[in-house]
Amino acid sequence: MSDDRLDGLSVRDVRVSFDGFTAVDGVSLEVPAGDIRFLIGPNGAGKTTLVDAITGLVRATGSVCFGDQELLGRPVHRISRLGIGRTFQTSTIFEELSVVQNLDIAAGARRSWATLARRRRGIPDEVAAALETVGLTGRADQLAGTLAHGQKQWLEIGMLLVQDARLLLLDEPVAGMSHEERDATGALLETVSRDRTVVVIEHDMDFLRRFARSVTVLHAGKVLSEGTVAQVQADPRVQEVYLGHPVDAGPVPSGLEA
Amino acid sequence: MTAVTPAPPSTAGAPAPADIAPGSRSGGRSRLRAAAGFAFGAALLFAVAPLALSDFRLALLAKYLCVAMVAVGIGIAWGRGGMLTLGQGVFFGLGGYAMAMHLKLADAGPGGMPDFMQLYGQLDELPVWWRPFASPWFALPATVLLPMAVAFGLGSLVFRRRVRGAYFAILSQALAAAMVILLIGQQGTTGGTNGLTDIQGFFGYDLDDPVNQRMVYFIIAGVLLALLALARQLIHSRYGELLVAVRDSEERVRFLGYDPASVKLVAYVVAAGMAGLAGALFVPAVGIISPALIGIVPSIEFVIGVAVGGRATLLGPVLGAVAVAWARTALSERFPGTWTYLQGLLFVVVVAFLPGGLASLWALARRRDAGPEQSRRGWPAPARRRASRAEAHR
Repeated sequence: MSDDRLDGLSVRDVRVSFDGFTAVDGVSLEVPAGDIRFLIGPNGAGKTTLVDAITGLVRATGSVCFGDQELLGRPVHRISRLGIGRTFQTSTIFEELSVVQNLDIAAGARRSWATLARRRRGIPDEVAAALETVGLTGRADQLAGTLAHGQKQWLEIGMLLVQDARLLLLDEPVAGMSHEERDATGALLETVSRDRTVVVIEHDMDFLRRFARSVTVLHAGKVLSEGTVAQVQADPRVQEVYLGHPVDAGPVPSGLEA
Repeated sequence: MTAVTPAPPSTAGAPAPADIAPGSRSGGRSRLRAAAGFAFGAALLFAVAPLALSDFRLALLAKYLCVAMVAVGIGIAWGRGGMLTLGQGVFFGLGGYAMAMHLKLADAGPGGMPDFMQLYGQLDELPVWWRPFASPWFALPATVLLPMAVAFGLGSLVFRRRVRGAYFAILSQALAAAMVILLIGQQGTTGGTNGLTDIQGFFGYDLDDPVNQRMVYFIIAGVLLALLALARQLIHSRYGELLVAVRDSEERVRFLGYDPASVKLVAYVVAAGMAGLAGALFVPAVGIISPALIGIVPSIEFVIGVAVGGRATLLGPVLGAVAVAWARTALSERFPGTWTYLQGLLFVVVVAFLPGGLASLWALARRRDAGPEQSRRGWPAPARRRASRAEAHR
């Protein structure tokens, strides 16, 4: 990737309403470059809607900057070209195409029409590198639809890598995964965050404790708490609204936030 | 961004690691097979058919092959791009009328007016918009470029507004209806319901002469093969893969930084160009173009052939279109009136029970042949799955 800049995400006073219902109600947060930020909150807290707003899928007011680029008001594909990549709760890979074809398409948004009109010969370097990173090298030619659930999620992340996304927004990447698959995904996030900024929406608390570098808790469309895992877990408001009842997690061992 | 440079030329002939199909046939071999297929098709169309068929049947085949050209385009737009175009008759008609206007003017001679205009008797001179068609240098490119321009205009409006699925199908069909109404309403300059009939010559060749009819057939067969080659290149290119991706998940493609509207527009415009060319060649083959040949019913018939043959394959639309057109002739010769019902039934059965068309039967048979090997490659042992997990760990 020629563009090695590490940028942070800056969300300021973002509001999204649908027909009078305010899903995101003045959220501001700063995700520093290279962070692995977890967005948590009960159902309906506005996590996915916030990501939708950042990626241009829903209309929002306020300001969202990635590096020095304002994102709000741009169409989806333009935001994507600024280096913002996302996944969805359900896998959205192209099941009728092979793993390599999926990655090759993800790599190609900036290709010229002349390149598009030709056939792909071999595997482009960045596709090979992404295959390696997400551990799907052995399945390059398999139809994406026949991959196991976890592998589909990794393929999604791989597509973000070749897309040259510098901000990854992952919506419940480990939902439905086995224990080992979660571990592998967490390790993958750590690798990826070396030269990228990562934001993860997740419900899995165990996964969060192990891999989050920082956490933002949303509740009813507002930021409820923010900080390291330990800080957030110690916050009584979080325990009340998120865990349902106070002091459930027990004493948090020191150093877990690393 | 490291733009993807195509592999160095030295590897161009070597087997590519991954071909279009999973299970990876080597690129070289698939190209060889395609060349063999084209040679076989050419032998069939250029040697076997002219020897085996009477002049009458060969003329019918020429007509079917024109329908097959439209089908190639629909295969790209609908089969690969997911745009159910129920109005290809519009583009077929634009190509056909452009050609017919030129041939009528050529028949009438320099300064002359087409016979029907004199018959209806309200015009003293040629309408302005007819004039450029007197020149073959305008008329011939127009048969392809006019439909493409209309498709571009319509597609730009429609795809950017994210009109798709049934709405797109209905819209395209309405366009066919509108075009027919327009043509019939302007009888004085378009020939109305009768259309442009009784075309005598084709660039100096008398179309009543069987030898010249045969020449027209050869031109049509050659153009069809060329369109197939073009379609194959398109399907196997990166663009072809992207088009399938847009068909299956337009939103996702947008999040990868593409504008799906332009991707679809290209396929739609290409399909329109093919339909226009088909219409242009239909005119010398059959000697007439009329609203009845380009309206809603023919537009749907184009699609039925494609559905029956297998819309997502290269050859399926062509074979389906020819088979359905042939069945139509054969059956309505013997049982007039029942064909319409049969055709409807055929469409329902294929869509309900065989969405991939007859081509999917072929693919099914092949997969059964390659059974054990396929399963070994496609569904790996648990050990390998674990290995790949470990890899992701690093």
